[in-house]
Amino acid sequence: MPNPILVFVENKDGTLKKGAIEALSEAKRLSDALKSEVVALVIGNNLGSAAKEPAFYGATKVLTVEGAAFGHYTTAPYTKAMVAAFNKVKPDAILFPATLNGKDLAGSVAGALGTSALQDVISINADGGTLTARRPVYAGKAIITVKALKAPSIISLRPKMFTAAKSDQSKQSQVEKLDVAIDANDQRVKVKEVLKAATAKIELTEADIIVSGGRGMKGPEHYKIIEELAAILKAAVGASRAAVDAGWRPHEDQVGQTGKTVCPTMYVACGISGAIQHLAGMSSSKCIVAINKDPEAPIFKVANYGIVGDLFEVVPALANELKKNQG
Amino acid sequence: MKIAVCIRRVPSTETTVKVAADGKTLDPAGVEYIVSPFDEIALEEGLRVKEKLGAEGNEVIAVTVGPAEAATTLRTCLAMGADKAILLKDDKLYQRAPYEIAQGLSAALKELAPDIIFFGKQAVDDDNSQVPTITAQLLNLPFVGLIVKLDLAGKTATVQREIDGGKEVLEVVLPAVFSAQKGLNEPRYPSLKGIMAAKKKPMEEKAANITANTLEVLKMEYPPSRPPGKIVGKGVEAVPELVKLLKEEAKII
Ligand SMILES: Cc1cc2nc3c(=O)[nH]c(=O)nc-3n(C[C@H](O)[C@H](O)[C@H](O)COP(=O)(O)OP(=O)(O)OC[C@H]3O[C@@H](n4cnc5c(N)ncnc54)[C@H](O)[C@@H]3O)c2cc1C
Repeated sequence: MPNPILVFVENKDGTLKKGAIEALSEAKRLSDALKSEVVALVIGNNLGSAAKEPAFYGATKVLTVEGAAFGHYTTAPYTKAMVAAFNKVKPDAILFPATLNGKDLAGSVAGALGTSALQDVISINADGGTLTARRPVYAGKAIITVKALKAPSIISLRPKMFTAAKSDQSKQSQVEKLDVAIDANDQRVKVKEVLKAATAKIELTEADIIVSGGRGMKGPEHYKIIEELAAILKAAVGASRAAVDAGWRPHEDQVGQTGKTVCPTMYVACGISGAIQHLAGMSSSKCIVAINKDPEAPIFKVANYGIVGDLFEVVPALANELKKNQG
Repeated sequence: MKIAVCIRRVPSTETTVKVAADGKTLDPAGVEYIVSPFDEIALEEGLRVKEKLGAEGNEVIAVTVGPAEAATTLRTCLAMGADKAILLKDDKLYQRAPYEIAQGLSAALKELAPDIIFFGKQAVDDDNSQVPTITAQLLNLPFVGLIVKLDLAGKTATVQREIDGGKEVLEVVLPAVFSAQKGLNEPRYPSLKGIMAAKKKPMEEKAANITANTLEVLKMEYPPSRPPGKIVGKGVEAVPELVKLLKEEAKII
């Protein structure tokens, strides 16, 4: 049997991240094809039920690293924990969710093991026993197929591109605690404070629906209508760079080549022209809806559905119609 | 304080990607190159740190791994205000994997021994987002990625970094490696005076020290093309039809 697949099970105070479940599910699929097994690594200070859950998605073994030094993510201690798990199970591949911390860790672990990571991968192929992965480059303007020349393959999976398996709560697995010694050298970075967003926002990269506003919004005060539409659709709110640079929206809301890459089920672009750098970040959305008063706007070339019109009339009307529909 | 800023020469974000005849790389014909946008932010932060500390005894050094043409990219950095530049020559930049580039950079950075090393959070061509952290690994330095704020007090940096769903305040002992996220600052444009001065600033050139070989690109292809766009109608009258289509055709709501 080939060596196992190791999965970094990112959790927040014991709750598994969506991306971690997707990574476990994909690891299970690959391990079935490769006839290997899935080992999960759970790191934190307060693991709660996080050590039990990987079994529900197919992990046959769970390693845990617990302690005060792991309460908040910092690169060095988490890297040390991953390397300890690597030395223990000698996996052929290590999977991470391509969340902000998952990508940070994947790169760092790659460095520690003398190799490169395949980041933000959108599909993995295990035919013939060799792993190859596809990942977007040039912000999605092209896709490359890559393979690691050196074991292990270190791969982070773009959120929402891999199907999460149904959890099977009857499954259990062996749990083993790993002792990882953290010294002063690993603690040169200290987390002082966590600043939460003012309102509990839906993460752009995890959202099923995104409503985005661009320069056509004319000012920060008008985002009220975008937020109202987003609330009805249970959507996240995004923005073009023009809106961010004007100071109407925070930087973390920017979608595009120098903002977030998103692939929701539906992306509603309001008052966004569809510049190449904006399209780069959102054109893999499953369904694109555009509202723009300029019928020549390039956004209409990629939109599944477009309405030519004034967003200040169309967006509230759309919100109303949807509300009516929901009854 | 010695501040190193790592730079990558990338195709302009306007570039329409064409796959080359080898089926694996970007066709470079007609492509314009720029400083990767996140690296501009990194350089700007380096310049601001130096300006705060004063010119005396403080310097900003732009470093790149790249082909001979990357000298132009470094001149842009010098025009923005970097004091000197180092070109680690490597004709195969665009076939190199992240570990290889980090290897080239870290060999040169070890000699330089900077107090701070800045990177952009990712290059906008290969979107690899890992050269900064691998470099930190190879230099055994602390690393904080995605910073959006930096304050220095002596040998301690207090930074804010973006995390999923918020931000975090961290304290780091220098020397350290940081990667810059959008929001950290607004990069300046090179002034005419800066462009003139850049011509006289020192640029060192030497071969990049790269031996590793960690990834192989097998194929480059285009993303699936989207179906042609469809205009549902004009103005508010089109709204009921749109909702109907989203419900019955797209089955989203
Ligand atoms: C290096 C680089 C990186 C970049 N990265 C990004 C990025 O990550 N993300 C990004 O978005 N951009 C990015 N850009 C900027 C990009 O080129 C465009 O400038 C930007 O996307 C334009 O934003 P916009 O569509 O909101 O504004 P505009 O292009 O000004 O478009 C506004 C649109 O609103 C419409 N409109 C106006 N009023 C109304 C109304 N009342 N009702 C309906 N429609 C209306 C107009 O018809 C127009 O189409 C980048 C640029 C560079 C150079």
